[in-house]
Amino acid sequence: MGTSALAATPFSDVTRSDATLRRFLEGLPGVDQVGAEARAASLSTRSIKTTAKAYAVDLAIRMVDLTTLEGQDTPGKVRTLCAKAVRPDPTDPSCPPTAAVCVYGDMVGIAKEALGDSGVKIAAVATAFPSGRAAMDIKIADTKDAVEAGADEIDMVIDRGAFLTGKYLQVFEEIAQVKEACGDAHLKVIMETGELQTYDNVRKASWLSMLAGGHFIKTSTGKVQPAATLPVTLIMLEAVRDYRDATGQMVGVKPAGGIKTTKDAIKYLVTVNEIAGEDWLDPDWFRFGASTLLNDLLMQRSKLATGHYSGPDYVTLD
Amino acid sequence: MVSTSSTTGRGFEYAPAPESRAIVDIKPSYGLFIDGDFVDGHGSSFKTISPATEEVLAEVAEADDADVDAAVKAARKAQKAWARMPGSERAKYLYRIARIIQERSREIAVLESIDNGKPIKESRDVDVPIAAAHFFYYAGWADKLEYSGFGSTPLGVAGQVIPWNFPLLMLAWKIAPALACGNTVVLKPAETTPLTALLFAEICQQADLPPGVVNLITGAGGTGSALVSHPGIDKVAFTGSTDVGRIIAKAVAGTDKRVTLELGGKAANIVFDDAALDQAVEGIVNGIFFNQGHVCCAGSRLLVQENIFEDLLERLKRRMSTLRMGDPLDKNTDVGAINSGEQLMRIRELSEIGDAEGAERWEVACDLPTKGFWFPPTLFTGVSQAHRIAREEIFGPVLSVLTFRTPSEAVAKANNSPFGLSAGIWTEKGSRILQMASELRAGVVWANTFNKFDPTSPFGGYKESGYGREGGRHGLEAYLR
Amino acid sequence: MTDRIDVRKTAKLYIGGAFPRSESGHSYEVTDAKGRFVANAALASRKDARDAVVAARGAFHGWSGRTAYNRGQILYRVAEMLEDRRPTFVAALTQAEGLTAARAAKVVDATVDRLVWYAGWADKITQVVGNANPVAGPFFNLSSPEPTGVVAVLAPQESSLLGLVSVIAPAIVTGNTVVVVTSHERPLPAVALSEVLATSDLPGGVVNILTGSAATIAPWLASHLDVNALDLTGIAGDHDLATELERSAADNLKRVRRAPAAEPDWSEDPGITPMTAFLETKTVWHPMGV
Repeated sequence: MGTSALAATPFSDVTRSDATLRRFLEGLPGVDQVGAEARAASLSTRSIKTTAKAYAVDLAIRMVDLTTLEGQDTPGKVRTLCAKAVRPDPTDPSCPPTAAVCVYGDMVGIAKEALGDSGVKIAAVATAFPSGRAAMDIKIADTKDAVEAGADEIDMVIDRGAFLTGKYLQVFEEIAQVKEACGDAHLKVIMETGELQTYDNVRKASWLSMLAGGHFIKTSTGKVQPAATLPVTLIMLEAVRDYRDATGQMVGVKPAGGIKTTKDAIKYLVTVNEIAGEDWLDPDWFRFGASTLLNDLLMQRSKLATGHYSGPDYVTLD
Repeated sequence: MVSTSSTTGRGFEYAPAPESRAIVDIKPSYGLFIDGDFVDGHGSSFKTISPATEEVLAEVAEADDADVDAAVKAARKAQKAWARMPGSERAKYLYRIARIIQERSREIAVLESIDNGKPIKESRDVDVPIAAAHFFYYAGWADKLEYSGFGSTPLGVAGQVIPWNFPLLMLAWKIAPALACGNTVVLKPAETTPLTALLFAEICQQADLPPGVVNLITGAGGTGSALVSHPGIDKVAFTGSTDVGRIIAKAVAGTDKRVTLELGGKAANIVFDDAALDQAVEGIVNGIFFNQGHVCCAGSRLLVQENIFEDLLERLKRRMSTLRMGDPLDKNTDVGAINSGEQLMRIRELSEIGDAEGAERWEVACDLPTKGFWFPPTLFTGVSQAHRIAREEIFGPVLSVLTFRTPSEAVAKANNSPFGLSAGIWTEKGSRILQMASELRAGVVWANTFNKFDPTSPFGGYKESGYGREGGRHGLEAYLR
Repeated sequence: MTDRIDVRKTAKLYIGGAFPRSESGHSYEVTDAKGRFVANAALASRKDARDAVVAARGAFHGWSGRTAYNRGQILYRVAEMLEDRRPTFVAALTQAEGLTAARAAKVVDATVDRLVWYAGWADKITQVVGNANPVAGPFFNLSSPEPTGVVAVLAPQESSLLGLVSVIAPAIVTGNTVVVVTSHERPLPAVALSEVLATSDLPGGVVNILTGSAATIAPWLASHLDVNALDLTGIAGDHDLATELERSAADNLKRVRRAPAAEPDWSEDPGITPMTAFLETKTVWHPMGV
């Protein structure tokens, strides 16, 4: 059990047993749905223009985990994705690359070759993504394969069935085991918030994932509706903020799925800024799991530079 | 605190996002609106300024006693036909007004922010939409009065005096129910915020409202007093300070005038240890810093359960530090200007009294603009019920923080006030909400929310916060016999 | 000089916000008040009725979940759109009911005003029929009205616009969704109304309009287990059919608004029973204590 990281924290005895862990998680402050959604809606009314918008667009591009997670993925598809991640806008070298690509574990080798020394990271989904319904040894093997193939980051899924039946310690231990299998790779923990349904559950799952050693907490696999939403991300940002206050340790946040437009992305960045604070405004601590978002960001970037609206013919397919 | 106009080059700085002023057309001077037309006033005219920049916006007429008399006569002349009109026809006039408010919403919101000092985000998202909704709501009652439970006969002519904190919204709260019930009105807007009322007069003309049904007379205390004591009105409706409310109540004694008063408050916002903490912090912030604290029902006393005091205060201060104070027309401004120099002085005075009484002041650090009236969001800890800043209405962005140990202590402290307008309760326990709500002597109880207003929801106070209710079916009672 | 040939409109059904023909492909002749041919209207089949119920059910969650204010705004918008198209409706009424233009104009006015009246009820009916209850114990207790669900409405045979609106509006203003069978002889004002509804921000499926025969379609709606209530106004005076339908409706205990002996005077104040007929009352208890 990965408690060494927790030894110095105020929470090392919380994970001693299922009972203590349950009491801790259920003792966290509740979330009022209407109030939380109202705050998210209010943050959405921020008007981000001109220089602020330019800053946000470039930051958002740098935060994208450019993603393809389809049954029909092939080496060809992964290679074009990587090319896009490294050079999102072939006509403009000042356009920054994305943070990472996100692929299935068996595509990591292809991606590693395609990305070379570009600095773009490789995130691999693992642990029987997206459902997480498999034996633990298979999930660990899945993780190790991806790490050995060169993944810098592992996006795992928690066992939602176990979570919803209150088996918190089991969920904790699984995350901790996957973290160990990651070695030096960073671990993102996907909570699949759409299946957890309540904000109280999102708060509990966030804390559980952080206590177990996740580097990032992530909303969704993108395969279940609803995927990422602004209120859910707000709750997660409150959790990482509170976790740092309690332990000194920062944890990152990644909303994934359903963020399609620059307007959406900017709302998320405003929320990061006003809830967790500017320390999280960095690709090391905040990512967007997205695919179509990138082209909208590029079109907005082009409009800011040229002054007129762009169109799909002027951004590349990945 | 983030000043809306600051740029330090670090992190995510929001660039200025100004709403354009081009949409409003402020005339150099305005007359009174009597009997469907703009006419000269005979008092000494006065100026209205922008509290954010102190620039003069316009010259406004002052109605003297003769003007007040003319307005009341016009209202009386129009009242019979207005009341005899089928309710369904009166309704359609009110629907027209509601629609026009919606159509001209941006113009109205910008004008409101310029004249009042409140952020454009508030006038655009709160004041104007709810004002339109009030007209829609009461339009629908005009032809259904037999279902009101209060009869269906109007009182006659209503004299209405409104404050400066929500100029157009307070106008809507007064005029919509009065007209729906078949009354005609003479309304005096506050002297520092006449412009949206004068724009409303234009809207009445656009709606082809019969002349004399709505009369708007600008002026100060003298005009208000003349209106309230005019023998030709049947009803007085006043929103403002408790001091003036007392004067009005005395003035109508012995007459047949019906009266409703919506006065001051010193609401307790009670936070229990099992509250949804982040939302409670939002509720506290909204409760006292919304509209710069110029809210009669503001949660100006925070009663926090002693065992979460430290944690809550830290979260509260951190949250307050993200509030953006500055140009009311910047779309990212959260806290605007104090409405007038006088009000700013009052806020400063009472805050100094708080210091002198031994409470500990904490304010958000920010640069205040050199022109205009500004006061940073402030809180006082170490406050007890005996302090003046716990008893007197400051009517500004100043929060007094007290603690309690048990629910009954919270209720006792909350009720220990001559006021009784509103209260807030923050707890995840339903039975406690309902029990506390039944014990709190306040006309509006917000549980796990604050400062929520709706045309269907009755609003008004207990005790010295006044009597009568505005909004909802209950709001009809004030205008019917 | 030859007269210009006009482009005639096909009268279609209105289901789920779209305008399909009858799945049966059937139509029937509609004549004007003087017996002259006007149009072939779609003759709604039981399958159209089935589809309409599916559409109405699909729309119910969203429609009943909107704020009362929003529903009121939409009904008011319907009134605005109808007012804007006065000439169309005046012509439709003179044609369908043989009214003079002046009389037809008054009926259109009354129809718009009736919609405005109902629009104003959206956020008030709760305050008139709901209330807190002072139970003898430490409990909060509140009774509130809620819409019953999908209502099948047989629209009046004679009053093809004012009567039609007077049976649709009270059901939908509180959040119900409806499947309407129009007057058989006079369906065309309903077709014009469906076009107004489609342009009034009313979500598809809230109102579904089937032109044709109540006698044919009604039994399928009366026995339909996913229909919650039945308004028999359109078969006023047909006691036998009304009885049969009421018996059929009893299978799933539908709320039934019975057929009157004769078609009512639609100019009279409807009162609130057309609305309360399709409302349930929910009473919620909660203890009060620290």
